[in-house]
Amino acid sequence: MSDVTGFQLLWWVILPYLALATFVIGHVWRYRYDQFGWTSRSTQLQEKRLLKWGGPIFHYGTFAAIAGHVIGILIPARWTAALGIPETAYRWFSAGAGTLAAVLIIVGVGVLAGRRLFVARVRATTSPVDWVALVLLAVVIVMGIAETVGVGLLGHGYDYRQSVSLWFRGLFAGHPDVHAIAHAPFLYQLHATAAWAVIAVWPFSRLVHAWSAPVWYLWRPFVVYRSRVAARPNEPGTSGRRWRKIGVHY
Amino acid sequence: MRIMAQVCMVMNLDKCIGCHTCSVTCKQTWTNRPGTEYVYFNNVETKPGLGYPARYEDQEQWKGGWRLDRKGRLTLKSGSRARRLLSIFYNPNLPTIEDYHEPFSYDYAHLITAPAGTNAPSVSMRSALTGREMNPTWGANWEDDLAGAPARALDDPNIVAMQEKVKLDFESVFMFYLPRICEHCLNPSCVASCPSGAMYKREEDGIVLVDQDGCRGWRFCVSGCPYKKVYFNHRTGKAEKCTLCFPRIEAGLPTICSESCVGRLRYLGLVLYDADRVLSAAATPDSTDLYEAQLGVFLDPADPEVVAEAERQGIPHDWLVAARRSPAYALIARHRVALPLHPEYRTLPMVWYVPPLSPVTDVTAAAGYDESDPDAVFAAIDALRIPVEYLANLFTAGKVGPVRDALRRLAMVRAVMRAHQLGQHPAVEPADVGLSDDDADDLFRLLAIARYEDRYVVPPAHAENAGRLLAQHDLSGCSLETEGGPGMGGDGPSGYDAGVFHLTRRDADEPAVTGRDQRGRLHLRVDGGPA
Ligand code: HEM
Ligand code: SF4
Ligand code: SF4
Repeated sequence: MSDVTGFQLLWWVILPYLALATFVIGHVWRYRYDQFGWTSRSTQLQEKRLLKWGGPIFHYGTFAAIAGHVIGILIPARWTAALGIPETAYRWFSAGAGTLAAVLIIVGVGVLAGRRLFVARVRATTSPVDWVALVLLAVVIVMGIAETVGVGLLGHGYDYRQSVSLWFRGLFAGHPDVHAIAHAPFLYQLHATAAWAVIAVWPFSRLVHAWSAPVWYLWRPFVVYRSRVAARPNEPGTSGRRWRKIGVHY
Repeated sequence: MRIMAQVCMVMNLDKCIGCHTCSVTCKQTWTNRPGTEYVYFNNVETKPGLGYPARYEDQEQWKGGWRLDRKGRLTLKSGSRARRLLSIFYNPNLPTIEDYHEPFSYDYAHLITAPAGTNAPSVSMRSALTGREMNPTWGANWEDDLAGAPARALDDPNIVAMQEKVKLDFESVFMFYLPRICEHCLNPSCVASCPSGAMYKREEDGIVLVDQDGCRGWRFCVSGCPYKKVYFNHRTGKAEKCTLCFPRIEAGLPTICSESCVGRLRYLGLVLYDADRVLSAAATPDSTDLYEAQLGVFLDPADPEVVAEAERQGIPHDWLVAARRSPAYALIARHRVALPLHPEYRTLPMVWYVPPLSPVTDVTAAAGYDESDPDAVFAAIDALRIPVEYLANLFTAGKVGPVRDALRRLAMVRAVMRAHQLGQHPAVEPADVGLSDDDADDLFRLLAIARYEDRYVVPPAHAENAGRLLAQHDLSGCSLETEGGPGMGGDGPSGYDAGVFHLTRRDADEPAVTGRDQRGRLHLRVDGGPA
């Protein structure tokens, strides 16, 4: 790692780790401090004709893309090779399935972004941090699609599994390969950078709703009862939060 | 047998004058915050009419409540649980703001800032969603007193369901008011629809609430409730609903809509029921039998066996005493004059209605009958298709019998009391409608002259549990002390301060007063409980 510049170290190691730390600590903080703000912030009440298409298409596309990332980034190339999947087959599958997900997402994002920008009722509900998160998410998505479709399917291909993935997995292993990412094409660098930025703002935006997927609903009894249980009264003024809001006297 | 107690409301529709005082006081208490402008925990509808939100009663359109599947099992009308989860990104059954009304305020500043001119400046309507100028086209009381009825009222789902063609011409028109709050159902479909488990029914008093911290904004409760009494706060992204004023109920006080009711037509009291029988009653095959099935779930608080078992299961003694005095139980089960609203939704609603006799007597009078002759009124009730059939569509899933019986009992009380006042011999006897003389007297007292303490028999929550109850509801500050709430000590986004609302226990010799302390915080004294 001798040829790594200070800037590269900052950009590809320090900032990602800071983003990761913000992600973890931010979620713990938000979950304990702000249960009340933890919601999908649905805007269906305001507008439903566009959401009907945009909402499901975007989410199902996103789930496909997340699955693709898990396969492409977290599973090393030698594992798929060990399973006897040839590199070209993998490449074709990745480009094909990736393109399908990309089409879904781009349509979904197009509808949702248009709705958020041009339907006044919806735009009015967007908080500043949601704007940041949504714009960054849009950057990640557009770059990701440019990679999958532009490079992977139409272009001559780029083996991100030998560069971006090495760096990304390395972050979690404690020895990120800065060299690999620093020499990746700009498109991939931008995608990765915006992704880290999304990770950093995630806990403070509406995106926290993703962790609350209510799968438990499938098993629980229909009607929920609650009764008086012995509980320590909350500290006044905190509504049960362990931390007090800074600057609020009570 | 698992005995539970439920705070239950009965409204006597004959007395509602449609003044909306209940809606206004409710709004001032609970929904005067940004995000809840369009929310009416209590609203008053003119019937026939579309209601609020428009045509909410048509469950083929909105898919609220329960239905029986092909094997006769109870399922939510909106389909399976998996189906709801898969459609979580877009809820196909959710009303939009147009079905309620776009919330608005007025551009009042213009009155002051308008340049000098010859015309007096006027204010224009501004949408609370977008801040833009707007024109309303529908709203919570758009059709008050049958306004626009010739054009719209025939779309009332209760009229659409009627066999006979209804004419709304001037001579044959009828109307009455229907005040509505959440039914605090025994089998609440809103709770069953909530994927996060944030909604719950309180074991002690049956009040159905939304845990504001647990709600994740999946908005299935809104579509799941057939009465559309869960609303989505468009500012906070969380569901909110009628709370049956639980802080007041816990303090032994009536809800604010009851307290302020001008017609004094609301009754609050406990009803004991057998929780083990709820599901089988809700799954009654024929929907016209649901009224009787629900009556079968209730337990007689005067029955010594019920009382002994209830004590054994831990229901406090003073609650059982209150249950015996309950005006709600008397009107519903003993005198059978109160009926449930839309039992066919299978949620076993717990706000019941004494059907209005007045539209019936009006129509009979128009037809030449004499109201003072109960025989004629009885005959008219029997002969009338409208509005008895209409009332049956509201209260008994279309079964005319129970409505007719209730109306006959009401007519009997009027006839007997009238004869009594005039020193005449009544033409009918209570026995003609299946009541004893004592019952008739009790019914007269309840309906005509019941005082505050007879109309509202609400035992306070046990004070030794009050702190825990409050902790359960995250309320040791104030229910409104949340982001977006007015109780934020002046820091709420709306910029107004409701003060902080404190419950403290009253010692026996202290007067029952509310007041503010030196810091301006409101203190509410609560009766009862060991010191
Ligand atoms: C895991 C389960 C998830 C569930 C159950 C879920 C559910 C929802 C719901 C109910 C809404 C509100 C739609 C409305 O306006 O009514 C929403 C909006 C949104 N979700 Fe998700 N979501 C999930 C995961 C994700 C993920 C992983 C992402 C992105 C990385 C995401 C991004 C968004 C965005 C950006 C919006 C706002 C759309 C708009 O502009 O209106 N969601 N989601
Ligand atoms: S009426 Fe109330 S308790 Fe019944 S389903 Fe609707 S919100 Fe739930
Ligand atoms: S306050 Fe009473 S009389 Fe007035 S509308 Fe409400 S229920 Fe009817």
